Amino acid sequence: MDINATLIGQSIAMVVFVWFTMKFVWPPLNNAIEERQKRIADGLAASERAEKDLEKAHEQVAAELNKAKADAAEIIEQARKRATKLVDDETQRGQEEREKIIASGHAEIEAERNRAREELRKQVAILAIAGAEKIIQREVDAAKQSDIVDKLVAEL
Amino acid sequence: MAANGNITVQGYINHHLNDMTVGEGFWAINLGALGWSIILGSLFVISFALVGRKATTGVPGKFQCFVEMIVEFVSGSVRETFHSKDRLIAPVALTIFMWIFLMNLMKLVPVDWFPTIAGFFGLLFNSSALPEYAQNYSYLEQIMSHPWSYLKVAPTTDINIAMGLALGVFVLILGYSIRYKGVGGFAKELSLTPFNHWSLIPFNLVLELVQLISKPVSLGLRLFGNLYAGEVIFILIALVGLGQLPLHFAWAVFHIMVILLQAFIFMMLTIVYLSMAAEDH
Repeated sequence: MDINATLIGQSIAMVVFVWFTMKFVWPPLNNAIEERQKRIADGLAASERAEKDLEKAHEQVAAELNKAKADAAEIIEQARKRATKLVDDETQRGQEEREKIIASGHAEIEAERNRAREELRKQVAILAIAGAEKIIQREVDAAKQSDIVDKLVAEL
Repeated sequence: MAANGNITVQGYINHHLNDMTVGEGFWAINLGALGWSIILGSLFVISFALVGRKATTGVPGKFQCFVEMIVEFVSGSVRETFHSKDRLIAPVALTIFMWIFLMNLMKLVPVDWFPTIAGFFGLLFNSSALPEYAQNYSYLEQIMSHPWSYLKVAPTTDINIAMGLALGVFVLILGYSIRYKGVGGFAKELSLTPFNHWSLIPFNLVLELVQLISKPVSLGLRLFGNLYAGEVIFILIALVGLGQLPLHFAWAVFHIMVILLQAFIFMMLTIVYLSMAAEDH
């Protein structure tokens, strides 16, 4: 076991292997590792970003939902108001109609009564005149006493 | 395998501590250690390069996950310690960590397996290489006597491998020092620290040079010492015979920690030394 040329041989082998490693082994492996590290870092960043986006979207959805709810409430409120107003208007209109109808009914009734009364009056006058005629036939001329009859009629 | 028959205990231990070599003297090359070192290094770079080529930035497969875990771990260690921007240091750290880890891992293979297999093939394909004296040995002993069976499969238990790695780191330390501080800055650091006075330049120089050289030496020797000691224990356990099984298991379990720890320490110290070289202090 002496020091001999094996030492030199080993040193040369070492130079060759180191050169080979530097040329063909280290760069691709290191590149692959670094590339993957970068990709993982990118992926993590992307997922973080997505998480943030999701949170933002959640907030937006909540805001939209609240707004929609408020809108809906407002619309319902409006509708209710309008319905109430409509009912009120209709009621009022019905009332008016009713009053109008009642009033016209009254007027009609009144006119009918007046007419009937007029008729009655005329009938009575005629009856009275006929009666008076019958009574006075023998002595009074109907034409001569007609002004009296008219006065009588007017008094009825 | 216990030492029996013609192979003595001493011979058995020697057998496992010696490696197949070609060449003489200094220019000898330990084929087993260097061969396995290159095989394991290739295994690392090829499997990782294949994963790298097919690497997807989407959901990774299981093996890609495992590879990326190691890459992340190394890259994190580098980033914590080395603060300048540098294209080289992370691949260096990854290579050192994975390579030393795999080389250490080979220690968990029972010490006789690969030598026996290699000796078997040696006897099969190159029986003429069997030493003369082994002609009368039993078959198993012939296998273990065959030169091919002198095979070290755990490269880091060879001091040449550990020191070879440390030498590479040393060159990197010098290179980083010069690149980040310039030749002048590096020379100034060597000669004018810790005592900033011209008369103390030789003293500083000795101090700094010792400090500089002790880095790779301690780095290499630490790895070698830990692994070699463990290997010797494995060999001694293998001598026990059948009783080795629980012992081997226990020591191997304990050794998993050493295997991982030494690879990590080597990588970490490399990063620290290089960041020291790159920073002014």
